[in-house]
Amino acid sequence: MADHSEHVVRASLYWLVWAILIVATFLTAWVATVDLGAFNTVVALFIATCKASIVVLIFMGVKYTHEKMTRPILVGAVFWLLILLILSLADYSSRYAG
Amino acid sequence: MSDRAGIGETPLAVEHEERPELRHHFADVEQQRNAATLGMWWFLGTEIMFFGGMFCAYLVYRRWYFPEFAASSRSLDLIVGTLNTAVLICSSLTVAMSVRAAQLGRRTLQVKLLLATIFFGLVFLGVKAYEWNNKYKEHHIPTFSFSANDLIKENQKLFGLDQLQNDPAKLQERKAEIQRRSQIFFSLYFALTGMHAIHMVIGVGLFGVITWMAYKGRFTPEYHTPLEIAGLYWHFVDIVWIYLFPLLYLIDRRPGA
Amino acid sequence: MATAAVTTEKKNYLNAEYGIRSWLLTTDHKRIALLYLLSITLFFFIGGFFALLIRLELLTPAGDLLTADMYNKAFTMHGQIMVFFFLIPSIPAVLGNFLIPMMIGAKDLAFPRINLLSWYIYVAAGVLYIYCLATGGVDTGWTFYTPYSSMFSNTHVVEAGLAIFIVGFSSILTGLNFVVTVHRMRAPGLTWSRLPLFVWSHYATSIIMLLGTPVIAITLVLVVLERTLNLGIFDPARGGDPVLFQHLFWFYSHPAVYIMILPSMAVMSEIIPCFSRKRVFGYTFVAMSSIAIAAIGFIVWAHHMFVAGISLYSALVFSFLSFLVAVPSAIKVFNWTATMYKGSVSFSTPMLYAMGFIGLFTIGGLTGLFLATLGVDVHVHDTYFVIAHFHYVMVGGAVMGYLGGMHFWWPKISGRMYPEGWGRLAAVVVFIGFNLTFFPQFIVGYLGMPRRYWQYPPEYQVYNVLSTAGASILAVGYLLPMVYLLWSLRYGKIAPDNPWQATGLEWRTASPPPTFNFEETPEVTWEAYEYDKMPLPEEVTLER
Repeated sequence: MADHSEHVVRASLYWLVWAILIVATFLTAWVATVDLGAFNTVVALFIATCKASIVVLIFMGVKYTHEKMTRPILVGAVFWLLILLILSLADYSSRYAG
Repeated sequence: MSDRAGIGETPLAVEHEERPELRHHFADVEQQRNAATLGMWWFLGTEIMFFGGMFCAYLVYRRWYFPEFAASSRSLDLIVGTLNTAVLICSSLTVAMSVRAAQLGRRTLQVKLLLATIFFGLVFLGVKAYEWNNKYKEHHIPTFSFSANDLIKENQKLFGLDQLQNDPAKLQERKAEIQRRSQIFFSLYFALTGMHAIHMVIGVGLFGVITWMAYKGRFTPEYHTPLEIAGLYWHFVDIVWIYLFPLLYLIDRRPGA
Repeated sequence: MATAAVTTEKKNYLNAEYGIRSWLLTTDHKRIALLYLLSITLFFFIGGFFALLIRLELLTPAGDLLTADMYNKAFTMHGQIMVFFFLIPSIPAVLGNFLIPMMIGAKDLAFPRINLLSWYIYVAAGVLYIYCLATGGVDTGWTFYTPYSSMFSNTHVVEAGLAIFIVGFSSILTGLNFVVTVHRMRAPGLTWSRLPLFVWSHYATSIIMLLGTPVIAITLVLVVLERTLNLGIFDPARGGDPVLFQHLFWFYSHPAVYIMILPSMAVMSEIIPCFSRKRVFGYTFVAMSSIAIAAIGFIVWAHHMFVAGISLYSALVFSFLSFLVAVPSAIKVFNWTATMYKGSVSFSTPMLYAMGFIGLFTIGGLTGLFLATLGVDVHVHDTYFVIAHFHYVMVGGAVMGYLGGMHFWWPKISGRMYPEGWGRLAAVVVFIGFNLTFFPQFIVGYLGMPRRYWQYPPEYQVYNVLSTAGASILAVGYLLPMVYLLWSLRYGKIAPDNPWQATGLEWRTASPPPTFNFEETPEVTWEAYEYDKMPLPEEVTLER
């Protein structure tokens, strides 16, 4: 039964994740005021994705889980979201071209 | 619900000790726990698509009406928004720590952390209400005497109004357009933050129940599934905000742009 | 007969507990399935009533029976009730609910209370919809297209929208339950490659329910907000884009077609091998084609919008992608026919429905390819050709599958046999009535009769008369099973545990099954569909 026991994460790791998330929040707010041209949006979304990823991996425990399905579900749902976004936007971005 | 455990006892269940939380149709607690977490993950997949519809609308209009979106976004309070994001991150920390406390069987710590979570959740909602109230004062609630005049005044260059000074008819037309398009931004702003806030309210309610259960000592190192899946939900709502924050508040904050 | 039945009566899920409470508070998936059966049957007849009004109105070219407004409401509520309150829950919530736990050797679904909750949500939505109907109804077309629905319609769009928003959650919860159950509750030895194809298809259906339904939920919320709070997200007069509504709507509503047809395919994959006494041909391909349909079904939605003003490039891409979905559908049809090839086919009632399904679904699917072709679609868009196409898929496909499945599992559900002669008669009547109703619509649609009009030029009358005549026959075909299935509850022969000598786990327990399905958890050491190792069923051998 021992191999099914949950992984107890060190408290210090949670604090570290918290610190990273807080720093990243202020970083993203600050970097938005710096003129990076088109890259402002890219940087903002990159930071958001990094933040979301560590929440998913550490706080939500995906890194430690025995559950094989968690990752496929996550990837699948995000993929489905991208289908919706990309195929809809494909219409909008090519609409007045022809 | 009558407890039917034991009626349909299977050979599989025989080796397992009596557990009050084990429902009759599961072979063991492990299977039950796995089913519950798996169900929550699938539900979160559903939630991604639920917000996805609104994100899709947001992206379409952001592309179409970028200047209006940028100006409207700039009218949101950056400092309050940032601090509120931090509040939500703190709540995620306390949730993660409370699950850990349950794993270690530390009940008092668990309850304290859960209460802290609810506190942070309520602070977030309070700040949100404060922000919405500001929107009301600024006449930025769509259709309720909505006015984009302040946006127009502050963003003459962005909207290209300075080039239309000699053509009053076109100027008027452009102003009406800005009025319409910034309303679209605020419609989406309220739809997105409103739907997120509803999720927060549900989350706070859920954690009220969870805290009560923790206080009653329902959670042990072996069994704390309700806490765990409620935690997953809370983190998810946090992640939605992690994206909403840059998408709504940080569209274009570049100085002079 | 009745006394004999009482003396030999064993405890099963039907007689384990009595009283209304034992039904309304049950967490037994089999009882919940029956609750669903009752409620969707009610909605089937309400929806059928509106179909009747439509067909009667169209009997003559003039608008004589209904006013234009009433006609708009009639087809709207026919569509919404049939799609959201009958077809989507039909096979999954009734047969899927009843059978999936049994097919995988489990005592119940993973979340029995959520299962009951999903039925209550369905009922709440149903009550709201009936309220909407009773207070005047809704006239937007089942598609709720904006800005008509959000700005101009004076009917009860908010109530209808909320009802469909709510019923969506019942379907999400059902899907959630199925997915987790299939993952977590399978009996020892029941590996994925041994799963019945019924379960595979329902797994694919559940994925669509989980990932598609929330999108229409939020879209309808936005429409409701637009009406109540005057937001302008879909209103072109205020900078919104009505085509965006169509994107979001069809992102769910196209895959929703697969929510309806995949469970029907699930039923086919059980009936056809059983009455051909052969293993399913190409098990892996049939299983994987279900998943492929679920996945590809999500990337074809804009073929509903070719004339709505989407970009030409986008339309071309969606046209091409739409052709792709024909591939897994064709794989299934070919595999079923290959299963029948050189099998000992018996023409029992479920098999008649199955063969009807194959024919009708093939026509429905192939005409779908006409519609996916950009040029042809411009010609037949919004005509009766489209109506005929999707009725071939949804009625000829989904409802035939539902009826076939109801007959196939009726002995298991009720513990009684239905009268075989009447069953065959009804299947034939349904098939004839269906074709007579909808085939003329292909022709009249191709000739240019648009959908959603209460009047039409006199030269189309002959087709409409044929169609209305067919609808009357179809109605008889639907009423017949109602009558004799109810009759069989009392007078039917007592069903043996496995009347068809079928291979599924659900046939290895009593008919009707005990509350926890199996006396002890079965251990599976065989593959699905080992019909070569099963004896022939008595009745079938006699009647061949």
